[in-house]
Amino acid sequence: MNEIAANVLKEDPRAIARLITFTENGDFEASNAMKDIHRFTGNAHVIGVTGVMGGGKSTLICEIAREFRKKGKKVGIIAIDPTSPFSGGALLGDRVRMMELAMDKGVFIRSMGTRGMLGGLASAVYDVVEILDASGKDIILIETVGVGQAEVDIIKIADTTLVVLVPGLGDSVQTIKAGLMEIADIFIINKADRPGVNQTVAEVESLVDIECSNEDRRTPVLKTIAKEVNGIKELVQEIETHKKYLKNCKKFDIKRKKRYEAELVEIIRKRLMNFIFDESKFKDKVELLIDQIYKKEIDPYSAADKILGKILK
Amino acid sequence: MNKKIRILIAKPGLDGHDRGAKIVARSLRNAGMEVIYTGLHQTAEMIVETAIQEDVDVIGLSLLSGAHMTLFTDVTKLLKKKKIEDIIVLGGGIIPEQDIPKLKKEGISGVFGPGTRTEEIVEFINKNVKK
Repeated sequence: MNEIAANVLKEDPRAIARLITFTENGDFEASNAMKDIHRFTGNAHVIGVTGVMGGGKSTLICEIAREFRKKGKKVGIIAIDPTSPFSGGALLGDRVRMMELAMDKGVFIRSMGTRGMLGGLASAVYDVVEILDASGKDIILIETVGVGQAEVDIIKIADTTLVVLVPGLGDSVQTIKAGLMEIADIFIINKADRPGVNQTVAEVESLVDIECSNEDRRTPVLKTIAKEVNGIKELVQEIETHKKYLKNCKKFDIKRKKRYEAELVEIIRKRLMNFIFDESKFKDKVELLIDQIYKKEIDPYSAADKILGKILK
Repeated sequence: MNKKIRILIAKPGLDGHDRGAKIVARSLRNAGMEVIYTGLHQTAEMIVETAIQEDVDVIGLSLLSGAHMTLFTDVTKLLKKKKIEDIIVLGGGIIPEQDIPKLKKEGISGVFGPGTRTEEIVEFINKNVKK
């Protein structure tokens, strides 16, 4: 077995961290290790936490993690922040709200930039879930970037998706319902000590009434004040109930297969993109074609045929 | 391969002035790096643990209280103890001229005081991080 993979299985934090870096960078050393660890994965409960910007997701994740720690579970946290499309850099600041977990050996936190991925996730997030899972984490919490309407990719990877809202959103609940409201397994109204909380709960409940009228499970709507550790116990209980529900009605297997489908597509996408745009012989060819399109010597569709023809034949 | 430089910006000890650290963090982001910011009041243990999990190439420490001889070298000593040799440690803040050689001897590779151009820090990192 690959050495780094073996050390990941031994829960060595430096091996875990290094393998994550390899996968993020698309280092070829990563794929051998990833092949070795896959059969040791599948045990972790993957929980996605998404919702409006400034909703208190990081603080909430810190408290959820602490509650699971009390139950003796090992926790991995993936905190995703946006990469600047201009500089390619990122300021990853979610750990500021998680410092209470910094010295806990049963918690591994990794900050990631989106590195050009849309949808609220980072491209390597599937790999990082596998790595944390293989390293013996029982619970994996993923914090997406603050979302608006379109960043709903988290459901492709999470077993349980939490959508975090805050009081006083008012009409914005209406505007976000199209994407965000459909993906929730549990709704959380955080900062519930703020005015307008009951109205927000009522608005979300009425949306749930419509969404869940034909379902066998009604999406719960919970109130929390993460900063004061209020409502966290109930939330964690609800998360565990949801997992049992998924297992009982076989939806768990369907969700997992969907995740592997998304992961497979992502691996193929990355490899193809690298093949076309990074390999030196192809890069020149692509640049030549762009030049020809500009000069109207060829059209973009025929140019695409030329590039793909080389791969597909 | 698409390697990005990752850097941890941390404030050890009890000093609560983080404007300089935040400006440096922004400049490094604008230079295409991934900057992990952990906020105030970090212990050496917290900083090293975070650096391991985040697999950073560089740790940037900022301190304005005058306790840099102790707090900066606590970090380099702990790295040494854990046999971590591939992380560069930099210091910034109010550091008297005469302390700089002593800090360098203790493993702080670069010291950047007030008035440093941010480009200088970016250049130093780009030059010293192994590609």
